[in-house]
Amino acid sequence: MNKISRRKLITTGLAAAAGATGVGLAAKLARSHGLIPPDARGFYGPGETVTYAAQRILNRHAMAREFSRDQISVKPFANEVDPLGAEFQRLQAGNFSEWRLTVDGMVARPASFSVAEIKSFPTASHITMIGCEEGWTYIAEWAGVPLSYILDRVGTLPQARYVVYRSIQPDWWESIDMSDALHPQTLVAHGMNGGELPVPFGGPLRLRVPRQLGYKSVKYINHLTLTDNLKPFGKGLGGANPDGGYAWYAGI
Amino acid sequence: MVNHAAAESHVFLITARASRCKIPTTRGWGTHMNATLPIAAGDAAQASASPSRSIPKRHSATVRWTHWLTTIAFLALLLSGGEIVLSHPRFYWGETGNVNTQPWLNLHLPSSRDTVPTGYGYTLPDQNGWSRYLHFQAAWLAVGTGLFYVLFGLFSGHFRRNLVPGDVSIKGIGSSIIQHLRFERPGPEEAWSYNVLQRVTYLLVIFVLFPLMIWTGLAMSFGFTAAFPMCVRLLGGHQTARSLHFLTTILLGLFLVVHVVMIFIAGFRNRMRAMITGRAASATK
Repeated sequence: MNKISRRKLITTGLAAAAGATGVGLAAKLARSHGLIPPDARGFYGPGETVTYAAQRILNRHAMAREFSRDQISVKPFANEVDPLGAEFQRLQAGNFSEWRLTVDGMVARPASFSVAEIKSFPTASHITMIGCEEGWTYIAEWAGVPLSYILDRVGTLPQARYVVYRSIQPDWWESIDMSDALHPQTLVAHGMNGGELPVPFGGPLRLRVPRQLGYKSVKYINHLTLTDNLKPFGKGLGGANPDGGYAWYAGI
Repeated sequence: MVNHAAAESHVFLITARASRCKIPTTRGWGTHMNATLPIAAGDAAQASASPSRSIPKRHSATVRWTHWLTTIAFLALLLSGGEIVLSHPRFYWGETGNVNTQPWLNLHLPSSRDTVPTGYGYTLPDQNGWSRYLHFQAAWLAVGTGLFYVLFGLFSGHFRRNLVPGDVSIKGIGSSIIQHLRFERPGPEEAWSYNVLQRVTYLLVIFVLFPLMIWTGLAMSFGFTAAFPMCVRLLGGHQTARSLHFLTTILLGLFLVVHVVMIFIAGFRNRMRAMITGRAASATK
């Protein structure tokens, strides 16, 4: 072994050790700052983790783009939904007066709210774009109660890290981190373009998450659960879409 | 340092090339070349104390590694991007566009969604889950590799030496274009240096098309545009960004086709060997 290769060996060894330590430290820091998505395992785990971490570092406090009233789409597209079941039709026949939004999990005061109660809470609105992962978009004005208001009202425990939200359609549920849950533009929406939220667009209640793709804005929500661990839900990937092979984080 | 046998074999190779014959299979010819290669363009940074490594490579190790990593990333992006387009093969200008609005371009392809009116009586299977995962993972690979390559190119002199056309070569661009249009096989001097048209094309791909791809891609990300709204506003809207992303894909696809065709015209084995091992076949200047 000549001198150069020995020097090279030592340098390479040191660089590898530093690299491994760096990756270990980065992983620990990322975990403590909530930068690891629930679908961080598997072949696509690295890309997904880097995307989520990079976006959360860049946009933790950023607001989704808002538009002017004249940019509201004349022809929004509601997209298709699974057939609405008998229970939905019964509630719809009663003008959703019996629809409840249950909040449980890591909260001080679990509660269940009627649509009328939700509408009596302070309302916020924004004109934002909703975009489907397929590529199409429309702009609408969404009105509703900031999710943060509801979380505040039920007394979210400090260890809660995710909000799991479920639709009356059993196959539809998703979850978001606290960065999106407490974000001022994240609404439990009950109004659209100045009127009631139409059923095809998610009425009576839809969780509107404007910094992510449309599949995170689940329609017909009736159940919120606060948790620090997504493992017990479905396949443990944090949503019906991740269970079906889609990314949990849909900010891109 | 030139030994006789090696020099002979070298001359033979040059002759073979000039007469446009296929260069005969030369098992072990690389060892002959070791002693005979003249110093030419390419990255001379390879030279080191050990005699077996004193030959300049046609392409430096960094260029070769980044080339193939980019190839893998690009093919993955092309495949997954194509799959994603199939879920909505229509394109719009401005901020918004959906099946209720008029597209400027309808590809008239079958779609993986039954909500898209395609005129076909069937729907393709939904591939967007893994396609989106693969697209963004490959995008990170492309961006990481690209950044490394650009920094290397700036600091090592690779861009200045190998890609920036000099005053003289810029004047030759007309004849170079004609030569390309005639599908003429490049002369042996091009085994060690890029011609002017190649240089201009590579610079366009590296500094215009790839950055445009990344920019228009990020402009479609709701999480990214929340932090950097100008990114999409400067382009003219979300759907414009999507259309430009698609059009830039066409340009990069065209580049890929011409690039591969030219490699076949110039001599597939030699060009591939140069990009894989760094060794080039003919060596006169």
